[in-house]
Amino acid sequence: MKRILMALATAFLFATSFALPSAAQLQVRVTDGNFTPTPLAIPDFQISGANAELAKQISDVVRADLTSTGLFEMQNPASFIQKDLSLDVQPRFADWKIINTDGLVVGQYEELPDGKIAVSFRLWDVYAGEVMRINGQPGRRLTTTPDNWRRIAHKIADSIYTRLTGEDPYFDTRIVYIAETGPKLERVKRLAIMDSDGANQQYLTPGRNTVLTPRFSPSAQEITYMSYEGGKPRVYLFNIETGRQELLGNFPGMTFAPRFSRDGQSVLLTQAQRGNSDIYIMNLRTRESRRLTDHPAIDTSPSMSPDGDAIVFTSDRGGSPQLYIMNADGSPRTCPSGGRDAACRITFGKGSYSTPVWSPRGDLVAFTKQSGGKFYIGVIGVDGKGERLLTEAYLDEGPDWSPNGRVIVYFRESRPGAGPQLWSVDLSGRNEQRLKTQTDASDPAWSPLLQ
Amino acid sequence: MQTSLKLTVAAAVLLSLGACASKPKPVAEETAPVEVVDTTPAPTETVEETVVAPTGPLAGSLDDFRVNVGERVYYDLDGYRLDTDDQEILKRQAAWLASYPKVRILVAGNCDERGTREYNLALGERRASVVKDYLVSLGVDPSRIDTISYGKERPIAAGSDEQSWALNRNGFTQIVSGSTS
Repeated sequence: MKRILMALATAFLFATSFALPSAAQLQVRVTDGNFTPTPLAIPDFQISGANAELAKQISDVVRADLTSTGLFEMQNPASFIQKDLSLDVQPRFADWKIINTDGLVVGQYEELPDGKIAVSFRLWDVYAGEVMRINGQPGRRLTTTPDNWRRIAHKIADSIYTRLTGEDPYFDTRIVYIAETGPKLERVKRLAIMDSDGANQQYLTPGRNTVLTPRFSPSAQEITYMSYEGGKPRVYLFNIETGRQELLGNFPGMTFAPRFSRDGQSVLLTQAQRGNSDIYIMNLRTRESRRLTDHPAIDTSPSMSPDGDAIVFTSDRGGSPQLYIMNADGSPRTCPSGGRDAACRITFGKGSYSTPVWSPRGDLVAFTKQSGGKFYIGVIGVDGKGERLLTEAYLDEGPDWSPNGRVIVYFRESRPGAGPQLWSVDLSGRNEQRLKTQTDASDPAWSPLLQ
Repeated sequence: MQTSLKLTVAAAVLLSLGACASKPKPVAEETAPVEVVDTTPAPTETVEETVVAPTGPLAGSLDDFRVNVGERVYYDLDGYRLDTDDQEILKRQAAWLASYPKVRILVAGNCDERGTREYNLALGERRASVVKDYLVSLGVDPSRIDTISYGKERPIAAGSDEQSWALNRNGFTQIVSGSTS
């Protein structure tokens, strides 16, 4: 992190204007090569009411979320000098400067007469000696039912993260994955869901049929995945609120590798017929499907660009699995090499590439690479340039992006015979960490920001 | 003999001490394991003439197919071509299927764990399809053959080594109906 002293810029700020991120004095750069975490102090939120334990738990989750980014370092409460913080009184900045705190969060927890809870907070820039406005306001107040307290915590952490980094939020999200139990030769695979920090783990299917590769719709209410229900491998939709499962389409062959289009109106998937896999798109309203590739090679794992114009996919038409991009409307595409083709190959490195996922920002594709007996998670530019490998292991597979495009979640088998577990890594390649699950876990997918 | 006497005395002392401490316990009746000598005469080498029963599984049964025909073919790394060994197995499968025309089969394509999930589902489908096509080329009615891909979801060897991976790259012909039981 770099604290950018921008006294001049501040002097030119209109007193009444909303503070823009670019004008902030305390700003965390997420892309710096050499980097030390920004020290933040987040004392337990103050209480006006009875439930001190819940107030502390909310503070704990806020701290944990911010720490998990690798961008912030939480100051030890034992070092705090000022104990009489109040939401409505400016803190004594000298007390926080002396313990080298850059940012200070002061929060207050209330229990409301209608049974709900509310948390108010302010973010202070200790060195500038001023409050950091969030969405133009000098603080935020969030209200919900007590059982929903974690979402308040995640939203507070999101506000702080976004205000300090300029990046979009991602803590108030969920991750769907496949929970794996049982011996290797009789694996039971269930659809499971949890909060982005691993809390509230739930199983969505009973495990009678193998289920694979779940992915969220842009509304975060539906999941598309593949199931061997009835002995046939096919793509299904699952509604998280109702628990209803629905077969998608009436394809004669196996359907797999589903992923929603960016507008949520369609599902991209692969159908295999007579041994050949090609990519289709199905409109969820009309239930009409259209074939997007027609090639004797394997074409699978489609993922749409954020603008909906293009699709990246895996194909072995060149002899080994590699990543290709085609236009979503089927028209010929102008390739980085200069020629025009039905699809442009973008990976040329040693080894094979698969499981492409287009980043929410549109500029990168995340992938699994296999080379020399190792697996890697990496990213590459849409133009095929700037390949970067972020992780390496015995098996690293199946990346998916946080909704802000900063973090990648994937699964790892750390050594031969080890069960799969969920991991995440920052786009910079820093901050690899395990996401704890109750069972072995694979095929993670990140939800959009919850509404 | 000296030693055994000492032991006997010592045992007697122990017994008497025990007797002082509590009521005499009833003596448990121990039956020493007796070696049962089989007194029946050894079987004499008689020569009998019987009909020679078929050895091994019943013809047309699941076991017959598994043992005498072969239910799996194995693929090279990332491959889906059938080598001559595989073709021999499939020729036996085709001949067997010709003998038992009511049998229906499911051919499953399987992959090792050293590939990504979705690509392996596609590769498994291709492997299953290659087996089906070969059986059809040998005269098996295509309507008797279904295919399925399990990708890397159905390993038969649990190891994470070359030998296990080689076993897990297979095409598995499973009889679904029509066999003699």
